[in-house]
Amino acid sequence: MDKFTKVTGVAAPLMRQNVDTDLIIRIERLVDNVTREGLGPYAFEQIRFKPDGSEDPDCVFNQKPYRDAPIILSRENFGCGSSREGAVWALKGMGIKAVIAPYFGDIFNNNCFQNGLLPVALPIHEIEQLADEMKASPGNARVTVDLENCQVISPTGRTIPFQVDARRQHAMLNGLDDIALTMSRRDEIEAWQTSDKSARPWVWL
Amino acid sequence: MGKTLFDKIWDSHVITDLGNGFVLLHIDRLLLHDMSGGKSLKEAIEKGYPPSQPRLIYGTPDHTMSTKPGRTEHTHPPGLPLIKSMRETTSAYGIKLFDLGQDGQGIVHVMGPEQGLTLPGTTLVCGDSHTSTHGGLGALAFGIGSSELVHVIATQTMVQRKPKRMRASFEGKLLPGVTAKDMILHLIGELGTAAGTGFSVEYAGSAVRALPAEARLTLCNLTIEMGARTGMVAPDDTTYEYLNGRDYAPKGAMWDRAVAHWRTLPSDPDAEFDREHTIDMKNVAPQITWGTSPEHVIAVDRAIPDPGTGPEEKRGAWEAALKYQGLEPGKPIEGTKVDWVFIGSCTNSRLSDLRAAAEIVKGRHKAEHVTAWVVPGSVRIKSEAEAEGLDRVFTEAGFEWREPGCSMCLASNGERVPPGQRSVSTSNRNFVGRQGPGARTHLASPAMAAAAAIKGAIADVRKI
Repeated sequence: MDKFTKVTGVAAPLMRQNVDTDLIIRIERLVDNVTREGLGPYAFEQIRFKPDGSEDPDCVFNQKPYRDAPIILSRENFGCGSSREGAVWALKGMGIKAVIAPYFGDIFNNNCFQNGLLPVALPIHEIEQLADEMKASPGNARVTVDLENCQVISPTGRTIPFQVDARRQHAMLNGLDDIALTMSRRDEIEAWQTSDKSARPWVWL
Repeated sequence: MGKTLFDKIWDSHVITDLGNGFVLLHIDRLLLHDMSGGKSLKEAIEKGYPPSQPRLIYGTPDHTMSTKPGRTEHTHPPGLPLIKSMRETTSAYGIKLFDLGQDGQGIVHVMGPEQGLTLPGTTLVCGDSHTSTHGGLGALAFGIGSSELVHVIATQTMVQRKPKRMRASFEGKLLPGVTAKDMILHLIGELGTAAGTGFSVEYAGSAVRALPAEARLTLCNLTIEMGARTGMVAPDDTTYEYLNGRDYAPKGAMWDRAVAHWRTLPSDPDAEFDREHTIDMKNVAPQITWGTSPEHVIAVDRAIPDPGTGPEEKRGAWEAALKYQGLEPGKPIEGTKVDWVFIGSCTNSRLSDLRAAAEIVKGRHKAEHVTAWVVPGSVRIKSEAEAEGLDRVFTEAGFEWREPGCSMCLASNGERVPPGQRSVSTSNRNFVGRQGPGARTHLASPAMAAAAAIKGAIADVRKI
């Protein structure tokens, strides 16, 4: 997994609720033979592009200071809906390193931590203020997301703490994935399975 | 203090405590479908992690296969590499694949219960958010992403943190025209799409106890639409009657032993939940969604909501939803002209769903301007429905009777509602573009969808 320690950059305010994973990436892009890395151009295509394929100037990702933003600011329930991990790959493909929202869809949240993309949960009033500070100084304002110290630094220099599970923080900072760690517990797994086979033999087909 | 159904299953599957609130959880069943099945198996194998328990893994193609009558794997060419890779990887490790055209093939969340692979007290995962469906039989089931899928293939375990517990109790009798679909849509309307985030949900109460097993699967199916990954109904005699004799369910003395164990699973009377919510069934009418989130739902005899009178924090979302849907606030939703009707999906494609729709359709004909599809959930359901003559009821009414698959629920097989057209769908998501770019979706029960096809407009099933 990619490491994540800190990112500083423009934060694009996509200030809507319930940004679902269908909106982040259409399902047929995951059927077509597009690589994970190649999904970026299709991220948010339904709001980035008009039906004729031209850019929609109303979409924040097409507006000048936000075009290559590595951070997204959003409202409640970002990443709800489908379990498609392609949503995380598409965000990474468009250069997103962190998403800041009040809370996230559970499966999306888990998928982020498998891919080195950091979901940061902050209260909505903090996010609204970050969005206001971004808009107040377009082109110059920058947000920092610092995983080591679990804090967000706003464009005006305010420090906003956030919480993350210690296990996940460690894995992200070091780029570790779970499989190798779990494989080291093979004996414990097999012991559990042996005992379960006599307790619930009908489960074991 | 007593334990909940959820805690009993969770606790008995903990292999070890990993600290910081995380545990290593054993997974009893992994179900694969064509979108991610072959790719994840291949990824695991390439990383040097072949399936550790191939006999606990089962697969079937559903997402990318055409549902056109007489379809083959070539009918929708983009799905071909996915089914081929699924065949190669499953056969290399002896993983059972219910392949196209075979008995058992179907939507993965229809296949599991139908085959008796989904059992009470088991942990079950699948790379699909509607895996909560299997909770209808008392399994602890949840959807996962592709990376987690690779972890399960490699280790038959998951690293998980225990969610909080919520109980939603539906009390009283179902009013005429009301189904499990209306119950869960009503609940989502009351609590919102994020009420379940971080929770597992148990559905309880006299109305749930009275539901047949298939309706319980529908109820649990939409759990993810209120944010929770897991929804469950405690197993009881209804569950056991449904499972007894199914292909992969235990038999004979083993069956008796399993049932004795399953009877210990329901929540203890003094079990505590972090959140409780009760719904009086007197207040639950046939539902229809009006917007672009499952929480945008009203009783079919109500007016389209006015963002100006709604909660302030939702005003913007409501306005955007009405604009996308092409609807005017304050007008009755009943009578809104419909172009497409889709009866199918892991929510509502089981035999009882098709019977409920056929009951409305029988002896009538769809409105001329409507395209109406029926997509049975599995090969077996299709043949059972045909044996009862349901296919003829639908085709004589001008509906298309198609092959099993996910189809127009998410349009991943190219089957789409055209841009700007309005659909009444028995599926689970009315998101922007879900049924195709620009498509306008209204979620409802199979009977409500059938009524819309007949009337050519959103209709109140109670008036048919």
